[in-house]
Amino acid sequence: MALLKITSPHMSSAGKTGDVMLTVVLATLPGLALLTWFFGWGNLINIAWASLVAVSCEALVISIRQRSVMFYLTDYSALLTGVLIGLSLPSLAPWWLTLIATSFAIIFAKHLYGGMGQNPFNPAMVGYALVLIAFPVEMTSWLAPKSLPGNDQIPSFLQTLTAIFPFVGGEAVDAFTMATPLDTFKHKGEQLAAQLWASEPVLSPSSWLAWQSISAGYLLGGAYLLYKKVFTWHTPVALLVAMTIISGIFWLIDPDSYGSPLLHLLGGATMLGAFFIATDPVSSATSVKGRLYYGAAIGILVYIIRTWGNYPDAIAFAVLLMNFAAPFIDYYTQPRTYGHQISHQKTRSGQ
Amino acid sequence: MNRKLWDFHGGIHPPENKAQSTREPIVRPPLPSRLVLPLQQHIGQSSQCLVKAGQKVLKGQLIAAPDGYVSLAMHAPTSGTVIDITSAPVPHPSGLTDRCIIIEPDGLDKWVPHSGISDYTRAEPERLLQIIRESGIAGLGGAGFPTSVKLNPSEEVTIRTLIINAVECEPYITADDMLMREHASEVIQGIMIIAHILKPESIQIGIEDNKSEAIESLKNAIATHDREQSIELVVIPTKYPSGGEKQLIQVLTGCEVPNGGIPADIGIVCQNVGTAAAVYRAIIKGEPLIYRVTTFTGEALGQPRNLEVLIGTPVNELLEFCDLNDSELNRLIMGGPMMGFSLLSDSVPVIKTTNCILASTEAEIPLPPPEQACIRCGMCETVCPASLLPQQLYWHAKSKDYDKAINHNLLDCIECGACTYVCPSNIPLVQYYRHAKGEIRMLEHEHTRSDHSRQRFEMRIKRLEQEAAAREEKKKARQQAAAKASAARNKASNNQGAKAAVIQAALERTRAKKTRLATDSKSSVNRAEPEPETKTVTGSDNRENT
Amino acid sequence: MSILSAILILLALALVFGTILGFAAIRFKVEEDPIVDQIDNLMPQTQCGQCGYPGCRPYSEAIANGDAINKCPPGGEATIHALADLLGREFIPLDSESGEETPKTVAYIREDECIGCTKCIQACPVDAILGAAKQMHTVIIDECTGCDLCVEPCPVDCIDMLPVEVTAKDWYWEAPELPRVGIIATDRNPAGKPSASEGRAA
Repeated sequence: MALLKITSPHMSSAGKTGDVMLTVVLATLPGLALLTWFFGWGNLINIAWASLVAVSCEALVISIRQRSVMFYLTDYSALLTGVLIGLSLPSLAPWWLTLIATSFAIIFAKHLYGGMGQNPFNPAMVGYALVLIAFPVEMTSWLAPKSLPGNDQIPSFLQTLTAIFPFVGGEAVDAFTMATPLDTFKHKGEQLAAQLWASEPVLSPSSWLAWQSISAGYLLGGAYLLYKKVFTWHTPVALLVAMTIISGIFWLIDPDSYGSPLLHLLGGATMLGAFFIATDPVSSATSVKGRLYYGAAIGILVYIIRTWGNYPDAIAFAVLLMNFAAPFIDYYTQPRTYGHQISHQKTRSGQ
Repeated sequence: MNRKLWDFHGGIHPPENKAQSTREPIVRPPLPSRLVLPLQQHIGQSSQCLVKAGQKVLKGQLIAAPDGYVSLAMHAPTSGTVIDITSAPVPHPSGLTDRCIIIEPDGLDKWVPHSGISDYTRAEPERLLQIIRESGIAGLGGAGFPTSVKLNPSEEVTIRTLIINAVECEPYITADDMLMREHASEVIQGIMIIAHILKPESIQIGIEDNKSEAIESLKNAIATHDREQSIELVVIPTKYPSGGEKQLIQVLTGCEVPNGGIPADIGIVCQNVGTAAAVYRAIIKGEPLIYRVTTFTGEALGQPRNLEVLIGTPVNELLEFCDLNDSELNRLIMGGPMMGFSLLSDSVPVIKTTNCILASTEAEIPLPPPEQACIRCGMCETVCPASLLPQQLYWHAKSKDYDKAINHNLLDCIECGACTYVCPSNIPLVQYYRHAKGEIRMLEHEHTRSDHSRQRFEMRIKRLEQEAAAREEKKKARQQAAAKASAARNKASNNQGAKAAVIQAALERTRAKKTRLATDSKSSVNRAEPEPETKTVTGSDNRENT
Repeated sequence: MSILSAILILLALALVFGTILGFAAIRFKVEEDPIVDQIDNLMPQTQCGQCGYPGCRPYSEAIANGDAINKCPPGGEATIHALADLLGREFIPLDSESGEETPKTVAYIREDECIGCTKCIQACPVDAILGAAKQMHTVIIDECTGCDLCVEPCPVDCIDMLPVEVTAKDWYWEAPELPRVGIIATDRNPAGKPSASEGRAA
């Protein structure tokens, strides 16, 4: 009988990091399914390609760093990064765009900072922001949703594959692309909001249905993650509430020039961002109170950049900006330790 | 029950695993072949051994006395012969040995004469405290703090609330539960004795809602016992670690024990139910603490149950009694699965603080998987009952940045293990904290030691300088005296006009002066120079001065 | 003209800020220990002289005057790190000429063999040896710093330096062993070989 010298506690709960990551991947499925339904095979192919790139880059870097490749691959964090990039990119994003975003995310944003758990920024969003700045044209061409009347040009699987990987050599397709609702709204110029809703095809009820449904899909996935206690409610709820409030205020003041809260909540990547991006634990604030501030600040930043900035959507920039602020937020939101009077005064005087 | 309860931050709900060991009543195992009694079973100074090898002792005879105020008396658990006082493995996470009294029972189990106090209400509290101290009672909940010290708070505080801890929140452990089911009346009377000593305004028993049978028997016991003061039985929700002293105080009163303080600072004294029963036996029956109820459980045991164990009984004999499946045994834990420690030897004894022995199989408690990277998920923070930031403590402890760890209140960690339990990356957080705490303690100790050494070194230098100066003074005085004497002689010789004698005297004087100067300068150089080599060379020179 | 006024304004600003800074320097002056005291505070105070100086304080003075910070074997890496932090210098490994970092020891006199020569008593820098001429000596273990200085002078070699034994009271958990796969940013330690300094309790 060999007795073991192991420190307590001797029991441990079931949820492990790998399971957590896989659960998050699983939770993207409703959104992904709807995305595929409305916009064709593009995102599915993107996700497969991005995941392959992410996992290969991860394996490459880990083997260069002389670590056990399988041990790190089975935490599935690289897979998740790939899936999130694949979901965020436009459905017909060319293969090299995905390759650049994903490899940059894994190699630069993750491993150059020390790998899993050490990266101050959300890798998927670093990759996304890079290609958004570098290749703005490719990043804004979205397909028209299938639900739009008269749109019979949703490309087939092979056509999509050819569009993404031109060297496959299939039949090229001239797909019907159009701007996203937020993009359209941003460039409405002097037009009144009501006119815009009436005239623009992307804001027509049938097209709007597509965008709404996809957001609802992500919301559903997020609810599942909350139910599975993968993260606490603080960040996403703070984000959504802050965004609703700030967009609501401006919309009530001037509904003609400002988008409605509904447009902001459902018209872009808000739901994906709230439940799948901002909740990335590594780069976000960790204290409970801190997560409230963190989420709310992202919500407000997203609105500000969307409304007055140069970009139609802003999840990536808002999240990255708040990643900067996360350690600072954590520092000032330390909980009051049992039996102590003031939370961070001691720390401050001690430093 | 509409009583207001408070909640503490965090907490977890691990599988309870309590049913296995409550199927049978408490059993008294046969007398062991030998008893191993460590002189240190408690917090405080080691006890002072009073017996010699070969000495016959009777059951309940005092064999070790408290050495100082915070120390404990120890008694022979049965009659027999002291066969040795030696170093033996003790129940300690280190697996180290410590001094133990080893007794071979003679099988007669013969008591020393003893008698209790029939009516404690007429006894002075001081007298009762004295008996508790002489009976060697320490907190039986796990920490092992001498009870007489805890029941004797400083004059400056008034104890308003007596809290009896019947929570037993750790999985697997049922010792208190079974004790309450079977000996509720002893527990209640013990509580009343403690109340007589402390005179609190209210008495509250905190118990988790998963112990319905124990609650029932406590209720009956409270109802049957005549008393001047009502005892409030408070059923609290099951959540680990609500049995932690600080957490229980928070749940029952909403108050927090101030940082660095003790419950008495806010007018509260906490006692475990087992301790209350031991107090009852000591006062009413005059029996010192020589046995306790210990849970033997885990899947490696054929018959998991609670035993009434003589303190000092080796664990292996008791495991045998509970039908141990030796090949299945993978981990042997003293205490519960959350805060207990793994035993490195099964020959260690059950001591006063041993509430549970968990003999687990590998399937039951598997080895921890390798540590992964922290993803800052914050789960540890949401479960921490002390509202700490475990992941920050982890970074600081790991990088040995102990100042920062202290600033993040590492020393407030109660090592309950909730953070490690929930960590998805299998990081042994508690071990990091334990190591860091140990290092901090060690560094502090070394610092005080080095300060002390510096002081001694400086004192020594000063002393050597003073000695050198004193010698110098003496020499000067001697020289002056000699000069005076010779001057007087000179005068005398001048008067006689003997020229030759004068010359002779002068010559002699200079010679003497020369040799003296030579030795003087040599020794003064030695004293100013504390370098070792020089010192050893002139060791003989210094010896006369030491 | 405008150049002149610019210069004047800048001068005025310089004057104002200079006054503020000067005032702040006096008003908020932080009373600090002299640097030698701070250095001495980090020394292990064994007074062993392995650094080549007759005690910890002289070595502290030498460091303050620019000597290397890696000459103290009893302090070991921890002290070098602390000194590097305090003085803002680079960490350098222990100078092997001074000695090696060894586990803490204390002196024991084999009392049967002691002839009572008092030589060790004179050598002890902290007066931790008790005895008189021609009487057997003994070491006050609690005061012994393990400096080794008494071993050499003993004419009958009856002094042993024994490692300090760990007791249950001062034992504490070692740091968790890093997993064989290694984790982060320590590429000096390839997979499968946790470094000695990380793998064991320091």
